[in-house]
Amino acid sequence: MPGISKKKILSYVVNLAIVLLLYVVISTLISRRIINSYYSDIINMMLINIILAVSLNLVTGLLGQLVLGHAGFMLVGAYAAALFTLNVKLPLTVSFPIALIIGGLAAALSGLIIGVPALRLRGDYLAIITLGFGEIIRVIANNLTITNGAKGLYGIESLNSRHNLTGMFTYIFFIAVFVIFLNFTFGTSRHGRAVIAIREDEIAAEASGINTTYYKLLAFILAAFIAGVAGGLYAHQIGLIDPSKFDFNRSTEILVMVVLGGMGSITGSIISAGVLTILPEALRGFSNYRMLLYSIVLICVMLFRPTGLLGRSEFSLMGTIEKIRNAVGGKKKKTAAKKEG
Amino acid sequence: MEFLSQVINGLGIGSIYALVALGYSMVYGIVQLINFAHGDIIMVGAYAVFVILVMMNLPLWLAVLGSILFCGIAGVVIERVAYHRLLVHDAPRISLLITAIGVSIFLQNLYQLLFGSDPKSMPKMFTFAPLQLGGIQLTSSTIINISVSVVMMAGLQLLVSKMKIGKAMRATSEDAGAAKLMGINTNTTIAFTFGIGSALAAVGAVLYCNTYPQIKPVMGGLLGLKAFVAAVLGGIGSIPGAMLGGYLLGVAESMTNAYISSNLTDAVVFGILIIVLLVKPTGLLGKNTREKV
Repeated sequence: MPGISKKKILSYVVNLAIVLLLYVVISTLISRRIINSYYSDIINMMLINIILAVSLNLVTGLLGQLVLGHAGFMLVGAYAAALFTLNVKLPLTVSFPIALIIGGLAAALSGLIIGVPALRLRGDYLAIITLGFGEIIRVIANNLTITNGAKGLYGIESLNSRHNLTGMFTYIFFIAVFVIFLNFTFGTSRHGRAVIAIREDEIAAEASGINTTYYKLLAFILAAFIAGVAGGLYAHQIGLIDPSKFDFNRSTEILVMVVLGGMGSITGSIISAGVLTILPEALRGFSNYRMLLYSIVLICVMLFRPTGLLGRSEFSLMGTIEKIRNAVGGKKKKTAAKKEG
Repeated sequence: MEFLSQVINGLGIGSIYALVALGYSMVYGIVQLINFAHGDIIMVGAYAVFVILVMMNLPLWLAVLGSILFCGIAGVVIERVAYHRLLVHDAPRISLLITAIGVSIFLQNLYQLLFGSDPKSMPKMFTFAPLQLGGIQLTSSTIINISVSVVMMAGLQLLVSKMKIGKAMRATSEDAGAAKLMGINTNTTIAFTFGIGSALAAVGAVLYCNTYPQIKPVMGGLLGLKAFVAAVLGGIGSIPGAMLGGYLLGVAESMTNAYISSNLTDAVVFGILIIVLLVKPTGLLGKNTREKV
């Protein structure tokens, strides 16, 4: 068994320390009300979007399959989780984590149902099937009585209260960190390498003895599960959900985050999910022009950087420090403190 | 009788899908791009009709012609500005797709800025008394929709199979590299394809305005998606396939409206799509291509 190198341990420790520091700083700022609820809501939404983007990155970046119905999995998770906490009379601190798992499992199940037949298809046809699935799920949610039709579910309790301002943040933050960690380890694991091999050449992968159906399904269901959990978080974060919140535009929004950051690059997804959540809020002053500006930025990035901002490379703190150390001349240290290594 | 008139109603609506599906199909055939901005071209065409006919009070034929011309040019301009660079540099196809989504968002928001987000009402354009045909009533819009779409398809088929530019289009979609070696200017051909597709979408827009009383900046979204479903259903890349898909979709929609529930229309449409793709992944009339190692 190959031992973990000293450098790797150091990198883990450093990143863990940064993550904890980040958590302590932000949660203190929130509970001291230095960051008001408007901004803390944006931070939570940003983290939820990061979870979604990273999960889609599993399928689109790692497996190389285009998915246009990610919001459908999110919808399943959101409704399952919200229905659970609305109907089960348990204290929220108990029912919330169970609801998240139920949301994730429900989404994973729908991922299995759509994935088994759909993954036989390739490329654009798979994309179209997932698009169709997302739309059907939305229409069904619009017509069932248990989902309360187009009015949706409301009165979903949030973990936040007047005494506990960071309840949601804590959950969302650590789930985001866990999902990111999971993706990094998955990408370098045996299973992850098999998935990447399928992306590079499916026929060659199959010829080398990789069970392509199994691995495609694995990545697909894992992504669906995470999207379901994110849906559960989303439902409890905003308190009311209706089917129109999970339409085709939502799916493309998540896809844009992945592609803009660089397909297959987890840090790229994180950065672009963060920026794309903040950007519309920051542009609120130009409310009429903000979507116009957003689309122009999108087109320009794609035109001049077709592989996304980071391409397939990852941003790593240790790597950057190394690079800076090696670089001749006193280049200033890069400021952005990222949690990955 | 009720059943038959529902079928004919469906064909009328399906004609609009069919015309838009043709554009999706041709563009996909030539550059393998799901052109998500295509649905919004219908919206552009509809607003062009609105501007010329209602705001400027000009005659109808000018509105129709103007809208077609405007959309055709818009299609070429969009191709040149947004897609050309990516096509030339052989960028990953998903980047092209994201650019198309970007163009779609851009068009929707541009028109929202220009005309406001509230719907604009359209006057009836071509009206004559409904035709009675053995107990079935054919409304004027149904007759016009079906006949225009059939004429358009025949014209397009002729263009693609007989004319020089049509042959260039087929050659480029078959093998762009080889087409280039044969002296075909693939860039012009691709731009022309976008132009023709958009012009057809404008025809679809005129029919849409004649059938439905209102237009709004986001009207292209779902309409475009459904037309795309029609293109896939019939076999993407095939002209008769796109027409067949459009008609089928229209009939399925009007059947669901009449006999099941109008709330479930979209679910039925996408359900049919999924079933067809699972049974025959290349669509009803699509060619089966084997992947070589």
